Amino acid sequence: MLIKLKIFRYDPQKDKEPYYQKFEVEADPMERLLDCLNRIRWEQDPSLSFRWSCGHGVCGSDGMRINGICGLPCQKLVRDFEEEVLIEPLPVFKVIKDLIVDLTPFFERYHSIKPYLMTKTHPPDQERIQLPEQHLQFEEAIRCILCACCTASCPINQNKETEKYVGPAALVRAFRYLFDSRDNASEERMALLDQKNGAWGCQTLGKCTEVCPKEIPVTKQIGRIKKRIYDANKT
Amino acid sequence: MILKHDIVIVGAGLAGLRAAVECAGKTDIAIVSKVLPTRSHSGAAQGGITAPLGNEEEDRWEWYFFDTVKGGDYLGDQDAIEVLVRDAARAVYELEHMGVPFSRTPEGKIAQRNFGGHTRDYGKKPVKRACYAADHTGRVVLDTLYDQCLRHEVKFYPEHYVLSLVFEEGRCVGLIVYDLASGKLHLLQAKAVLLATGGCGKLYRTTSNSNATTGEMFNLAYQQGIPLEDIEFVQFHPTGLYPLGILVSEAARGEGGILRNRLGERFMERYAPTVKDLAARDVVSRAILTEIREGRGIGGKDYVHLDLTHFGEEKISKKLWEIASFVRNYLGIDPVYEPIPVQPTCHYIMGGIPTDLNGRVLADEEGSVVPGLYAAGECACVSVHGANRLGCNSLLDLLVFGRRSGLAMVEKVKQVGHPSVPSNSLRAVEEKIHQLLSHKGHEKIGPIRKRMQAVMMEYGSAFRNEEGLRKGIEEIRSLRDRYRNIELLNKGEVFNFELMEAIELGHQIDLSEVILFSALHRKESRGAHYREDFPTRSDQDFLKHTLVFQSAEGPDVRYKPVRIVRFQPEARVY
Repeated sequence: MLIKLKIFRYDPQKDKEPYYQKFEVEADPMERLLDCLNRIRWEQDPSLSFRWSCGHGVCGSDGMRINGICGLPCQKLVRDFEEEVLIEPLPVFKVIKDLIVDLTPFFERYHSIKPYLMTKTHPPDQERIQLPEQHLQFEEAIRCILCACCTASCPINQNKETEKYVGPAALVRAFRYLFDSRDNASEERMALLDQKNGAWGCQTLGKCTEVCPKEIPVTKQIGRIKKRIYDANKT
Repeated sequence: MILKHDIVIVGAGLAGLRAAVECAGKTDIAIVSKVLPTRSHSGAAQGGITAPLGNEEEDRWEWYFFDTVKGGDYLGDQDAIEVLVRDAARAVYELEHMGVPFSRTPEGKIAQRNFGGHTRDYGKKPVKRACYAADHTGRVVLDTLYDQCLRHEVKFYPEHYVLSLVFEEGRCVGLIVYDLASGKLHLLQAKAVLLATGGCGKLYRTTSNSNATTGEMFNLAYQQGIPLEDIEFVQFHPTGLYPLGILVSEAARGEGGILRNRLGERFMERYAPTVKDLAARDVVSRAILTEIREGRGIGGKDYVHLDLTHFGEEKISKKLWEIASFVRNYLGIDPVYEPIPVQPTCHYIMGGIPTDLNGRVLADEEGSVVPGLYAAGECACVSVHGANRLGCNSLLDLLVFGRRSGLAMVEKVKQVGHPSVPSNSLRAVEEKIHQLLSHKGHEKIGPIRKRMQAVMMEYGSAFRNEEGLRKGIEEIRSLRDRYRNIELLNKGEVFNFELMEAIELGHQIDLSEVILFSALHRKESRGAHYREDFPTRSDQDFLKHTLVFQSAEGPDVRYKPVRIVRFQPEARVY
């Protein structure tokens, strides 16, 4: 079938302003939208730039906005599109070229929540014991692939006045360590998160959860962080 | 720009990150990666990492040692394998202590599952040896090690692409990188360089490997006179999702999944009567391809079924959530109710840049060390996997030898100063890029790459023979002629992927030739290398490692002995 795409273009070396360019690609209905983008690049316009790597929703490289919704084109099949498909870079972040955005602030905020296990005890000779039900507490959060779709979709991050909000992706990782029974730094973590731009930046709008390519209940997890901070402050 | 670090690591997958964690805080290190952090292909590993912890049932490192030797069809160096298997438990506990969220047994220990070729009591029956985090083990280990690097403030050069290794008087003194975001070249000067750049699956049309897995580092080393060891051994994973080639982990069979042909037969009973669907990968891949060749593929097509329909929804969503999501998403099939169409997919290369037990790159069959240069992980050949890697042994290899390389480099850089760097090295590479961008011709990279991938599938995959290999080499050489006539349309400096892919393609063509050439000279069948014209293993003539060197006349084959310290070669039956 013939699929039509309208793609955001911007080359900082050539263009004063971004513009949209239309392409038509022949594709099998079971092919990925990513295959169409590559076909454009390989057969029509080699100057089109976008990131991709694993091609099946594991590496998190190819986050972009597809018909206004952030997602991974490697997870979308051609058969699910009828009209012209609008392809744009992730919002929130600065566009470098075409569909490539500068994710430096994304990784900096991720870094800011101390995304690593902090323990106070010397590790045993074997593994630390963690019961399956303790593991289950944060199991969904470890599916995160840092594709940035949630943060890019968050209206709080999109709003210039509140853009310093650490964002849902960083909070998912904060949740993952805060609710890991092996971690002993919950006070330090909660102090980091108990901030206007920390967990309280979230206004429960749920866009993150809607777009997450790994079906992580992001909003719910941020809610559990808030509850834990609230309970700790109460006592 | 010239930038200086004590140690530069190329590649931010598990081997590179594990080495970095070892070096961080002890010396000045930096990691160069062609992709952003956490995008490396190690993250696509699903099923687990092996260690004889005995958490689910009795296990011993000696059994594991034997399985790995036998899995590699006796080509692995047994001193290296002994290091691997004896360090396994430590390596996995260490990951757990760093925070890796392993799945757990009811008692809260690391959960373990069956995997192909891993057995108890020297082959008697399958053993649960693979430590796992559901079916995304690679990704969570990658995330944890990246997090550790952040904790130790490791310097990253993301989206920097290596164009050449810089040598001065036989010593590696750094490398030249191309910053994809700016189009600028930089010279990274180092006392020690670690290559941890992964494999080369993208040489083949059907592969589980990611877009970044193009294998240029093999050729960059080869061009410097470093040999490639056992490079003919390319693993086809039995169960790639048909037709995309996406990995469906062996964990699916480890958990009880069954392969079936058109007639519904559990055909592995005929090929591996003892362990059946859990035989080594080369055995299972050849069995699937044989079924297909003999007309027992599903609907006469080139795939078979992987049947998980007896698992039930809960087991699938708990243990194989990701795989189920791939099947549902890309095929519109629910594996809870319908079998999964699978075909072998290019997955891993056993051969690579020869190293010693501490990651030091070896220049020849005498074991001379290349000063300043180290390699670990899939791009290296130490050799623990021999002629065929067992499932879950790669993650362990990355961690064990990534760490050992890190330790060795930290020691070394204390003893040496920063060497001088040839002044013209940047200029020469700049000139090459300029030539490539301004070259006029009538060829495009896309069709040449497509043809190369088809040639490698046709002549260089699971079944090989002399006539095909010769044809393949000839075709690859003619593709090289076509490559000399390419013209790039994109002259931009910002994220010019056409330029990057053109450079990659040049390396891929060279590497393809080396693989086919190496395969042509191994006139026997061993592990993943199966010759239809020499269908048996010949220990008398070929119980030795291939070393291919670049020479003025083309590839030149030499050999070195296999180190056998414990298990003498026996017939390999599963």
